Amino acid sequence: MAVAAARRVRDGDVVFVGIGLPSTACNLARRTHAPGCVLVYESGTIGAKPTRLPLSIGDGELAETADLVVSVPELFAYWLQGGRIDVGFLGAAQIDRFANLNSTVIGDYDRPRVRLPGAGGAPEIARHCREVVVVMRHAPRAFVERLDFRTSSGERVTAVITDLGVLEPDPATRELVLTELQPGATVEAARAATGWPLRVAPAVRRCDPPTAAELAALHALEAA
Amino acid sequence: MAELVSLREAVAELVHDGDTVALEGFTHLIPYAAGHELVRQGRRDLTLVRMTPDVIYDQLIGMGCARKLVFSWGGNPGVGSLRRFRDAVENGWPAPLELEEHSHAEMAAAYAAGAANLPFGVLRAEARDGLARIACPFTGEELAAVRALRPDVGIVHAQRADRSGNVQLWGIVGVQREVVLASRRSLVTVEEVVEELEPVPGAAVLPHWVVTAVAEVPRGAHPSYAHGYYERDNAFYRAWDEIAADRDRFGAWMRENVLSA
Repeated sequence: MAVAAARRVRDGDVVFVGIGLPSTACNLARRTHAPGCVLVYESGTIGAKPTRLPLSIGDGELAETADLVVSVPELFAYWLQGGRIDVGFLGAAQIDRFANLNSTVIGDYDRPRVRLPGAGGAPEIARHCREVVVVMRHAPRAFVERLDFRTSSGERVTAVITDLGVLEPDPATRELVLTELQPGATVEAARAATGWPLRVAPAVRRCDPPTAAELAALHALEAA
Repeated sequence: MAELVSLREAVAELVHDGDTVALEGFTHLIPYAAGHELVRQGRRDLTLVRMTPDVIYDQLIGMGCARKLVFSWGGNPGVGSLRRFRDAVENGWPAPLELEEHSHAEMAAAYAAGAANLPFGVLRAEARDGLARIACPFTGEELAAVRALRPDVGIVHAQRADRSGNVQLWGIVGVQREVVLASRRSLVTVEEVVEELEPVPGAAVLPHWVVTAVAEVPRGAHPSYAHGYYERDNAFYRAWDEIAADRDRFGAWMRENVLSA
């Protein structure tokens, strides 16, 4: 998944990075095919070049290696809302067929079964980045017919990367369509893991497996 | 302005039951020691404000200090959820917790508006709870307004202050300056009080005349970090998940490590 997500970053892209897999993916991209990409973390570190994977968005090394460190209000206003971010990465507990996301509650808002962390940067990342890539594990409890709560909109999502493959929005209807499969994954498995009747592209591509160079870079990052 | 006092005096003087209190830090310089002092002094009925409530808020909520939480993302970064926060919201333990929920951009704009003495902040956002629709008076374009945040007390941690109470902080400064400037009263805990503040590249300064009180509290951000002083205690954050998972274990830990400290 990290490799598939990393491949979505073009050299020179300005990328808004969240914790976890997106951070791994963006750092991997910077070490491989996109050395000129600019990492922006919501803690205010712009152009961070960490030597090891940060454990949080507020890691000290992000501040030390950044081109500039700005306040959080400035980051969200001048840089994100200001339209200066090419790609934003998001994850969530639930996603629907239009790539709307839920990271707020499972169940009722007023008395939830599970209280999730909440919106954070998601609504504005979803709205102001030129494009958004979602990274999530493919499972029926995540890929749902109807979200329990709509935290952010899928309006700018260009790809959903899962452990089974890649989904991309239909240009006309914006409904997610399975377009790629990870090595070893099947259309049947993807359908079974999706809580709505999953649309499948007429010719589903097979994701190229990670190259030796990508794997080496990934291992180096994780071991640092 | 900027009285140099002990943490105990500062909290006793500045924070009252029922106050709206923001203890801010975006992963860095989180004012843990100050939060613990709130617990020790038995503050109740607080409206707690924080963009990213983490373990210290889990502790405050679990100890029954809070009536309400204003926030945008509540979790234990890299580890998982905040168990006490969830217990309060899902089960009303130890007491029901009212929530006022926002996005990061909304809270950042709300603090900035408060600091700028404006009643609301403006942003480009879709209609949702807690935001009002407004039209640009010049172009008619539809925008969103968020009510300004003006806490009764703003509490932050910084690297150092001089003896006059001028405060210096550097690294990830988050929303610290805005919260001090937006709050009616402010408390800054610092790693050390020095004779003179040496310039540091990129450092922010809060002059003594905008800070109410300064308290010297070495390691006042632990388990969070203070850039240039100590690292984040990641092992503690991981251990917290188990400590907080059980109500009795949580209570015992708080009695042993916070109340009796």
